Amino acid sequence: MAGIAKRYGAVAANVEASLEVGRGEIHAICGENGAGKSTLMKILSGGARPDAGTVVVNGRDVTGWGTAEAIAAGVGMVHQHFQLVPTLTVAENLVLGREPTARGRLVLAPALAEIAALCERTGLVIDPVRRVGDLTVGEAQRVEILKALFRGARTLILDEPTAVLSPPEVTDLWRVLRRLRDDGGTIVLITHKLDEVLAAASRVTVMRAGRTVGRLATAGATPADIARAMVGRDVALAARDAGADALATAPPRLVVRDLAVADAAGRRVVDGVSLTVRPGEIVGIAGVEGNGQTELVEAIAGLARVRGGQVTFDGADVTAWPVARRTAAGLAHIPEDRHARGLVLDWSVADNLVLGQQHRFTRAGRLDVRGIAAHAAAQVAAFDIRPGDTSLPARALSGGNQQKVVVARELGGGRDVRVLLAAQPTRGVDVGAIEAIHARLRAARDAGAAVLLVSADLGELLALSTRVLVMYAGRLVHEVEGRVATPEGLGPHMTGAAA
Amino acid sequence: MSRPPGPRWAEALLPPLVALAIALVVGDLLILTFGQSPRIVWGVLLEGTWGNAYGMGQVLYKATTLTCTGLAVAVALRAGLFNIAAESQLAAGGFGAAMAGLALPAGAPAILAVPFCLGAAMTAGAIVGAVPGGLKAKAGANEVIVTICLNFLVLALLNWAVAEHLHVPDSLHTATIRAGGLPRLADVHAAFRGSAGNATVLVAVAAIVATWWGLFRTPGGYALRAVGLSPAAAEYGGVSLGRTWFRALVWSGALAGLGGVNYVLGYKRYYEEGFGFGAGFLGIAVALVGRNHPVGVGIAALLFATLSQGGLAVNALVPKQMMDVLQAVVILAVVASVPEVRRLVAQAVPRRP
Repeated sequence: MAGIAKRYGAVAANVEASLEVGRGEIHAICGENGAGKSTLMKILSGGARPDAGTVVVNGRDVTGWGTAEAIAAGVGMVHQHFQLVPTLTVAENLVLGREPTARGRLVLAPALAEIAALCERTGLVIDPVRRVGDLTVGEAQRVEILKALFRGARTLILDEPTAVLSPPEVTDLWRVLRRLRDDGGTIVLITHKLDEVLAAASRVTVMRAGRTVGRLATAGATPADIARAMVGRDVALAARDAGADALATAPPRLVVRDLAVADAAGRRVVDGVSLTVRPGEIVGIAGVEGNGQTELVEAIAGLARVRGGQVTFDGADVTAWPVARRTAAGLAHIPEDRHARGLVLDWSVADNLVLGQQHRFTRAGRLDVRGIAAHAAAQVAAFDIRPGDTSLPARALSGGNQQKVVVARELGGGRDVRVLLAAQPTRGVDVGAIEAIHARLRAARDAGAAVLLVSADLGELLALSTRVLVMYAGRLVHEVEGRVATPEGLGPHMTGAAA
Repeated sequence: MSRPPGPRWAEALLPPLVALAIALVVGDLLILTFGQSPRIVWGVLLEGTWGNAYGMGQVLYKATTLTCTGLAVAVALRAGLFNIAAESQLAAGGFGAAMAGLALPAGAPAILAVPFCLGAAMTAGAIVGAVPGGLKAKAGANEVIVTICLNFLVLALLNWAVAEHLHVPDSLHTATIRAGGLPRLADVHAAFRGSAGNATVLVAVAAIVATWWGLFRTPGGYALRAVGLSPAAAEYGGVSLGRTWFRALVWSGALAGLGGVNYVLGYKRYYEEGFGFGAGFLGIAVALVGRNHPVGVGIAALLFATLSQGGLAVNALVPKQMMDVLQAVVILAVVASVPEVRRLVAQAVPRRP
């Protein structure tokens, strides 16, 4: 791909972008949110047409092709959000769109044999008659990859494949990708995580502001080299900083005792969790997603109905308090899902910056419109939210900047934060913003907040946490000092293997 | 993602204007099929509505009721709720106003009697609104089904009360109210004589301003709009969903009830069975065309009132039902041109290979 340009309205998503990937190579693409990675991949996989430039695959000029042609030519995309039908089986999902029929009836038997052979060859082991809805996230991703391969893909594009995987699953994925590469396949990997680039790829293309700004061989490169190319300046990568332990003797600020939360089906997704967080401490919760972390945070925030147990802030029993009262008591909450919970996407940045605090911006029964605007201007400057136009709807911002809006609302503007719940605070956020968000979490901690951090990113947990707890199947199964925790030590607990 | 083109007011006004243009073209074609000249028919329509004081009074009268029911539907929609019960809330409001006016002694000073009757109308509408609101908040009952059922229930109840107990012999209306009546436009200027236009139009304008203020300048309105756009985010922001739903439907019912004042206090001075003539249901269309904005609702109400009154004016040339067709065209065109729909279209077009 050379000289690619693509504009969406007034926004240039790609300018002079280029990419060169050799056969049998694992090639990573890095860049901040909005750097144009996804647009470039859309153009490669036929989902969008470039305004300028050429795309050449296997020596053939295919500029401006469509998805169907791309699939026929063996270019397949594995999306970040799985595109599978949960009620169908693995095999049914794989044949979807080209169902084998005989006299009008679906005949799966030949396909099943073909799938079994494919599993064997690639090491992507999965039982083809299981329902996709019953699979774990890691297994569903295997199905996504199998789907692309089943359709004859020789070039695989993976968009943030490890965002939802546990460490052993990630190791597994690398093993499969290497095997595919050794078979002559070509793999393009979009990722934010620099250690993954070095672990899996042989070369990396770095993008910034729609342009290709560098192409490096990973041999001999360090994460700092790549980060510098991505952001255009030196970045402080998550260094371990567990904070001062001077406050270790202070009475706990957040106490959770025997907490139980049930889901809609009545299963106990949080099953007798007890934990304490002291002021000035970050307690990290590690675990594969779906082990009750979400429900635990929602219960502490007042958003989930509690079946049993107790939550206290500074000794006050808040278990039955509504959200607004908890907020008034100094609770800040960075929710896991910024689209559904954290933001009203159709609202302006300014309106979003006072969500949950609208009563602070009320004077004599009316909203203080000027105060809200001034607050927004100050937060946009303090948190470097871009673009800085506070009347834009939150929907128009990139993921990283949306997250900055949430963080600015929860931690900025002189709020007295006593308890901070941070769930996946840097998910889908670029390196520069991660640095800023981590700094804010540390600042909240240093100001005496009790911080509970839930993250799928072990690097983040280890870098920030004073203590790390591991959650598995709704229970806390392991606790370790942040200083001595390692991914290798936590992994078996996260998968339940150590139990 | 790019910024929407042009300033925000253009973004908001463009769809209704395009819809109006489409309706005019369809109207031209319909008029031609009746063998008439569009120029003449439109001319008669304008002359019969805005061209003389009587027509103007009639249009203002019809727009007043539609503004109230349109605001009622718009407030509920802003909270993400469909209030289909504006029709019965309108009737209940009229009934409440009439009962208040009958309860007052004759000659009660207007400065006390009018607010009392307005309050009674809003309270009656609000009570009807509180039923689906309470059921939604406490039991999660779907407000669409509850409000549809409620229409039959409330209208039947009011008809029974009037027909069995309150009617003037040989009629289906109550006795004339003793106090709380509002001045007719004809009382101000003789040229309006015969038209139903009355001072309730000022009440409707006040309702527009108050609704705008409530929605966009109070913390309650902020919470209501948050619930409408994203219930999960509102809940996260400490807003109680149930309480907000309840308040929104009570507010909505009160606005629809206020519309009943127009007929009872302003025009006939008594409550009569079926005085709403479907203005409650048309309020849904008014809210839709007005894009759920109080000012937009006012403009849409004027448009629909003009078409309705204009239908009578052109009846000699083309059937007045033609105007019903045009109202439907306006609704369809607006629905098809709202940004949500256009966004889907825009996404679909470049995807074609």
